[in-house]
Amino acid sequence: MATAEVTEHHDDHGHHDEGFVKKYLWSTDHKMICFQYMFTGIAMGLLGGFMAYAFRMQLAFPGASVPGWGGVTPADYNSLVTNHGTIMIFWVAMPVLIAAFGNYLIPLMTGCDDMVFPKVNRLSFQIFLLSAIVLLASFFVEGGGFGGAWTAYPPLSSKPEYSLTPLGSSLWLVAVGLEFIAFLLGGINFVTTTMNARAKGMRLYDIPIVVWFIVIASILFMASVGPLVAGAIMLLFNQNLGTGFFDPDKGGDPVLWQHLFWFFGHPEVYVVLLPAIGITAEIITTFARKKLFAYKTVLNTAIATGVLSFTVWAHHQFVAGIDPRMANVFTISTLLISVPVAEMIFVYIATLYGGKITLNTPMLWALSFIFEFMIGGVTGIFLGASGSDIYFHDTYFVLAHFHYTFFPIAIIGSFAGITYWFPKMTGKMMNDTLGKLHFWITIITFNLIFIPLFVLGAAGQHRRIYNYEHFPDLAGGWMQDLRVLATVALLVMLAAQVIFFFNVFISLRNGKKAGNNPWKANSLEWVAPSPPGHGNFAELPNCYRGPYEYSHPDREDDYWPQNEPA
Amino acid sequence: MRPIANTRSAAGIPTGRLAVWWVLASEIVIFGGILASYIMNRLSHDWWADYAANTSTPIGAFNTFVLLTSSLSAVLAHAAAERGDGKLAARRLLYTIAGGGVFLCVKAYEWTMEISHGFTISANGFWSFYYTAAGVHASHVIAGMILMAFVARDAAKNAELHRVELVGIYWHFVDVVWIFLFPLLYIAK
Repeated sequence: MATAEVTEHHDDHGHHDEGFVKKYLWSTDHKMICFQYMFTGIAMGLLGGFMAYAFRMQLAFPGASVPGWGGVTPADYNSLVTNHGTIMIFWVAMPVLIAAFGNYLIPLMTGCDDMVFPKVNRLSFQIFLLSAIVLLASFFVEGGGFGGAWTAYPPLSSKPEYSLTPLGSSLWLVAVGLEFIAFLLGGINFVTTTMNARAKGMRLYDIPIVVWFIVIASILFMASVGPLVAGAIMLLFNQNLGTGFFDPDKGGDPVLWQHLFWFFGHPEVYVVLLPAIGITAEIITTFARKKLFAYKTVLNTAIATGVLSFTVWAHHQFVAGIDPRMANVFTISTLLISVPVAEMIFVYIATLYGGKITLNTPMLWALSFIFEFMIGGVTGIFLGASGSDIYFHDTYFVLAHFHYTFFPIAIIGSFAGITYWFPKMTGKMMNDTLGKLHFWITIITFNLIFIPLFVLGAAGQHRRIYNYEHFPDLAGGWMQDLRVLATVALLVMLAAQVIFFFNVFISLRNGKKAGNNPWKANSLEWVAPSPPGHGNFAELPNCYRGPYEYSHPDREDDYWPQNEPA
Repeated sequence: MRPIANTRSAAGIPTGRLAVWWVLASEIVIFGGILASYIMNRLSHDWWADYAANTSTPIGAFNTFVLLTSSLSAVLAHAAAERGDGKLAARRLLYTIAGGGVFLCVKAYEWTMEISHGFTISANGFWSFYYTAAGVHASHVIAGMILMAFVARDAAKNAELHRVELVGIYWHFVDVVWIFLFPLLYIAK
């Protein structure tokens, strides 16, 4: 086509006559939908953090009244740990990493003006918001919020006489179900936009890794969530209609739920991991000024991880009475999946090797992601091997392990992305000193929370216990000291988040103007104005090369934007 | 106003069709989860066959026939839409909707009979699966009928004719799911 595609609205302010509702609540613009997802996710994250504060205080100082909450009853405790887990995964990691970054980055990085289905995109957020409201409502019904753990194993979750939350457990399920529908709708948009709406000249291997990874994550989500949607319908019917799916008296089997849950639950780890590790790829190439070491290898490892992730789920069920021969199979597949993930890490280290590294805030977050996630990965080997898992199962070792995967993913990955794209999103640079202060406090306290929990878990401390004073072997002495240490570290970490919000506020007000491309990066979003207006680009860019052409020997500049003709 | 993104086609497949296929991909695993769970349970419970004996194969066969026939008129509607004859496409979609309606009425009669014999959803595992699998399928039939009504309304005005194909693809999928449910719930005694 000879003529350039010019977007219809290329002024920075979009429609001038849009009202507040139309602009902020009813928008079909992918950037606004990103902000909606991000703010909802951050708000839910603060709530999840507050819950962690309440139950950690109970564990460190059993029976004491928690400032801002009051006395934590056993029912409160169960509900708090359950909803902390649910919120952090489904209402923080998913909306911020996949939905917010996917919405923001996919159209901008593939060089188009919006998602292919903007109204479906809006609907996706509205359903998501509804799901969050249903979840919040579940705290205020009779019996309180669901307390059967975020994995919701029956019979605890299926019978009100066990869970003691007749309405809360059903509302929890409905909320999770609505959330799945929201992300299925969003995922279809992500996949079709990337497949069909790429800039002219952008071949498959010219797509930035983070876009690839969000797309692969969306496909993984679509392919894995179905059985759990089916399972959620079954569990809802079990709770409310007395069906027999998980009830042995009626010919059902409670372990069926575990299969349905973990068939989704394990790929879900990679659903949120991939966007985070993709964000890392963008940041380390930009700030090491080097080409990504092996683009196709990274892509293939992600696909291999995705495929393998469907074969590992029963490693969550080694003590659920599954056949030991089956446990062997799942041990092998679980250990195998560490190969592609390790390969990805090696590629990143090779990318850093010999680079001109700038240690600013986004780069620190990206590097710490690699380091902290590796601890999570290595400790996973103890749990993937069925023999040692029989000892470690359901201890704080497991808890510390998956926090070493999910915290880097959900928190470090999100902060990496936010600090890296903040100039694009807002047009202002972030304060680097405050950013680094926030980074160091968060990282140090994170390790101070969870390293003690590894030690406690290895010493035999089980999860989901309200008060360790009832267990003489676990109460008192150095074990209680470590619990207090972890809780104090959590308090410092939560307090340190004020620095981040202050930084956002002060940078929005006084920050230096960012310009289109403050990091001298290659991908197409840096061609658009900061912040991009309605329609993103004044003239939709064409693409001439891959996104990682840094320090090319034939060029004076150490970067080579994708849209610059050769 | 449609974004330019919506008009591009880097993969060479129209965006709408691509999206419908992805919707179906995610639906397949939902039904796959229910059916795999049912099959595993069925294989380990011989005595479920005694309950399956109470389902009516002739009624199920009749419904299979109705649903397959309704898909035929969806195909014919697509052919009409391809020729640009929106009015005819809309009329043929109405036949498909009517087919879905007959299917649901037969289903309602069937369930009423079964429930009146005491085979409720909470009777045991077999009946739980029977009503849940067929019920989730029926909800897809209803959703398809509603979508088709909207598409037919537009098609009658010769607008959005490409959607006739999209809703047809979806309807065929609903059909295919039933092709799995019929032998599993009715024929396997």
